[in-house]
Amino acid sequence: MSASDGVAARAVDVWKSYGSGDAAVTALAGVSVDLDKSRFTAIMGPSGSGKSTLMHCLAGLDDVTSGEVWVGDTLVTGLKDRGLTELRRDKVGFIFQQFNLLPTLTAEENITLPLAIGGKKVDRAWFDVVVDTVGLRDRLTHRPTQLSGGQQQRVACARALVSRPDVVFADEPTGNLDSQSGAEVLGFLQRSAREFGQTIVMVTHDPNAASYADRVIFLKDGHIVRELLSPSAEEVLDTMKHLDSVVAVPHV
Amino acid sequence: MFKATLKSLLSRKLRLVLSALAVVLGVMFVSGSFVLTDTLQRSFTDLFSSAYANVDVSVTPKAEKGKQPEPLTPQAITDVKSVTGVASAVGDVQGSARPIGKNGKVITTSGSPRFGFNWTGTGQEKIRDGKAPATENEVAVGGYLATTGGFKVGDDIALLTLEPKKTFKITGIYEYAGGRDSLGGELSVAFTEPVAQQLLLGKKDVFSGITVTASQGTTDDALRDAVAAKLGSGYDVKTGAVLAKEQADQINEGLKFFNYVLLGFAGIALFVGIFIILNTFSIIVAQRTRELALLRSMGASRGQVIGSVVLEALVIGLIASIVGLGAGIGIGALLAKIFSSLGGSSLELASIGAPMSAIISSFAVGMIVTVVAAVMPALRASRIAPVAAMREAATPDRPLTKITITGALVAAAGGTSLAFGFNQASLPLIFGGILVAFVGVALLTPILSKPMVSLIGRLLSWSMPGLLGRRNSARNPRRTAITAAALMVGISLITGVSVVLTSATKSIEKLASGQLQTDLIISGEGQMEGQPATFRRDVLTRVEKTDGVRSAVGWSQDGVLEGENQMFAVGVTDLPAMATMFALKPKSGTIAPLKDDQLALPEEMAAEKGWSVGSKVTLQLAKGEPKTYTVGFIWVKSQVLQGALVLPESASANFRSDQIAQAFVQVAPGVSAADVQKRVEPLFADNPEITVQDRSAFVKQTTSQFDTVLLMIQILLALAILIAVLGVINTLALSVIERTRELGLLRAIGMRRAQVMRMITVESVVISVFGAVLGLAVGLALGIATVQALKDQGISEIGLPWMTMVQYLVVAAFVGVIAAILPAIRAARLNVLDAIAYE
Repeated sequence: MSASDGVAARAVDVWKSYGSGDAAVTALAGVSVDLDKSRFTAIMGPSGSGKSTLMHCLAGLDDVTSGEVWVGDTLVTGLKDRGLTELRRDKVGFIFQQFNLLPTLTAEENITLPLAIGGKKVDRAWFDVVVDTVGLRDRLTHRPTQLSGGQQQRVACARALVSRPDVVFADEPTGNLDSQSGAEVLGFLQRSAREFGQTIVMVTHDPNAASYADRVIFLKDGHIVRELLSPSAEEVLDTMKHLDSVVAVPHV
Repeated sequence: MFKATLKSLLSRKLRLVLSALAVVLGVMFVSGSFVLTDTLQRSFTDLFSSAYANVDVSVTPKAEKGKQPEPLTPQAITDVKSVTGVASAVGDVQGSARPIGKNGKVITTSGSPRFGFNWTGTGQEKIRDGKAPATENEVAVGGYLATTGGFKVGDDIALLTLEPKKTFKITGIYEYAGGRDSLGGELSVAFTEPVAQQLLLGKKDVFSGITVTASQGTTDDALRDAVAAKLGSGYDVKTGAVLAKEQADQINEGLKFFNYVLLGFAGIALFVGIFIILNTFSIIVAQRTRELALLRSMGASRGQVIGSVVLEALVIGLIASIVGLGAGIGIGALLAKIFSSLGGSSLELASIGAPMSAIISSFAVGMIVTVVAAVMPALRASRIAPVAAMREAATPDRPLTKITITGALVAAAGGTSLAFGFNQASLPLIFGGILVAFVGVALLTPILSKPMVSLIGRLLSWSMPGLLGRRNSARNPRRTAITAAALMVGISLITGVSVVLTSATKSIEKLASGQLQTDLIISGEGQMEGQPATFRRDVLTRVEKTDGVRSAVGWSQDGVLEGENQMFAVGVTDLPAMATMFALKPKSGTIAPLKDDQLALPEEMAAEKGWSVGSKVTLQLAKGEPKTYTVGFIWVKSQVLQGALVLPESASANFRSDQIAQAFVQVAPGVSAADVQKRVEPLFADNPEITVQDRSAFVKQTTSQFDTVLLMIQILLALAILIAVLGVINTLALSVIERTRELGLLRAIGMRRAQVMRMITVESVVISVFGAVLGLAVGLALGIATVQALKDQGISEIGLPWMTMVQYLVVAAFVGVIAAILPAIRAARLNVLDAIAYE
């Protein structure tokens, strides 16, 4: 089985537990989900719900206990380090909450880093589009320490996009930003999905951030419990509030 | 606070090991030196007491000042025998005898003597195989000579003594108490008494000493007094115990010097160790900024923070000292073992022990070095403002102005001390100057590191991992600089020595091609030991008459006394010929054959003594009465025959040996030196210690000893370089820990493990090569300064060891690769998720 057309990443009955015996903790309990191409999906849930684990498993940063993970046409489950590394380099882009940039490189070098690591040529036209979209044209020669937090995070966004990955994974990308900078970054992620058809998966616990997404998936205790399509911040907040009373449903 | 420190220390075992290792190695070197020399000293003391075990009292002729002692006559033995309390008095004959091996080459030892003696049957030697020598062409050989040369009873053995090669039949092989082949690796051979007297002392019926034993009830001291009273002055009478002590003391004096040399190198290693520890603590403190600031914000005083860092240093220093002492005892024992079996010699080792000096110096050195190195980082740690804890900001780049100015001042002070030291020929000033200069240069390194590292790095950064490695090495100039500076110390010392030796070689070569007009040089082994092998005068005459020889000059050599001053003198066969061959120019006087009461000397010696042509000089030679010579010729300062008095040939008769020690041949025009060499060589067929060389071979032989010196110094400095390599590993390992999240990020966005390793390797190579370049530069400066200072000593040319320098550079790059292995593996193995989440 492969991810069929229209699906950028897929989890099939993914279980993930840490530790063993009595101390075993189940982070994901049979999660299955298709993440559609060209869509901006948010994964939400309270602390310990497994949302970060799900993202890590989808991105090949963590292995699954059982089940299958696909990115594009690649079966991620079972890949060795080399295969995982190439997957991350060529098929996946990352935006972390903080510490996204290498302090020794300029903004431009940070943006093109995945291409440089892979020994690939930079598509200048695409690079220009990305840089202009994030509004960093006049900051390209700056080092990260000379950039504000918001600017740093936009550099990280540009880096995630420049290699045109199958999926961009963002882990609380606005967690460390003020609301103004956060809004800029989220707006940019939204545009990337809508204008460039970039698949984006974002983990967040901020209802406002989730409201930028086309689809919001709610996790609780390792299960997907609900999902909303293009919700408003209020709808997300409301859902979160009532998540405690929701009974877990194995498949959505 | 105390508890918090210990906990923090134990929680970071790797850090503990890395920072302690440099101290351990230094302490190991120090204690190892003490253990080695202590063990050897006791071994030699044992050796000599067993050598004199059956000597109660020994009688030897007393030498008059500057004169060779006259050998003893049989009358002296008769006199001694008449003394009451004497059980036996046996005449000893002993002298140099060098055996020739079955391959026709002279058998050598590594420092142990080669001698012959008269077989008396009363010595410690017991026949193991065969029988004692009975006729004039029979000898017995020591077990050690038999094994070394592969001799059996019945074999022939050729020996060199005062006379040229003579062949004997081996009738017996002897051993010492306990079945030992030798007492201390010496090669000995026993002749019948008349043969021994003729070959070893050069005269019939004389002895070199008397071994006296006491009869029951007479103490050694009483016997010594009685014998001395009987013989009167003119004899040295000593008990066996005193003699053993004297000889052991003489060796131990040499060992003491050897110990100082080793300790000097240990000092260099520890000096390098200080850099490493300083760096380690700086990094540790930087990484603990938050922890320390948290403690500060909870009310810890500055003193407590300093105390915590110094305490950590003390604990590390203590542990390192203990481990280093243990390792030093092991290494010392191992080296003593190697030393005792060096070249097959069989010195019986005394038990290995740790002398007090080793224990005290280990702890003192280990603790002091560690604490001294930790003080600076501790002070810095105490200045961290409590709020810094809460800020995530990495420690900002502090400006380098202050450190650079300090460095320039310190380097200048070191240079000045060095210049003064050379001027005053004061070793403490020179060494102190070098040390201070190193510190100065080390302080200047951070400012140099920016341009240098980016230059070196550019050569290596053709790929993204390379670029990152280069940028990483430029990231913290102080850290890179101090790591490189540690490597600089070792490399600069080697380079400096190498420059001096290359210059010396070049000077000798130039001298040989310019001033030395000789085509062949005939010389014996052992020129450096002062007792070279020699050959007979008539052989020189035959050399002179050989077809194709234009002229030949030779000299015998000895020490002579001028008043109280010991001087070196040669008795030359033909002064005009010598002046031509060595291109001596007259300063005053004329070049003419020396009359029997004339001498010649170089300009600088004449100036020092205040002599001019016509001055009267009274000299005491080894034999005969003092004789007055008139200065007949003074030559312009030259590189050859520096510090030598040239006496007429007739003076040689009163030297200890009147044989020729060195001879020089000029071939006739149009004749090839190689052809003449072929014709001259057979004249020395029965004297394998004498070699006939053409000029280039002679130069090569003379300069080859420099290679040995360089090799020794390289070996001894290897530890300093090893510690510096540990420093590189340490810095990289700590950097890897510090940059865990960065590495995680790189791995997350697709950097392969191999690329991570390449990145770390480039950083390592950049640091090492930077250190090597610094070392080469400083070493060149030191070397050239030394050569300038030694201009008057005959090093007239500056020669730069380009090949060696390139080798050091390559080695440094290689060292960088090696040093990177462990940190790189560690970095590559990081779990990506953990690394990103790492705090």
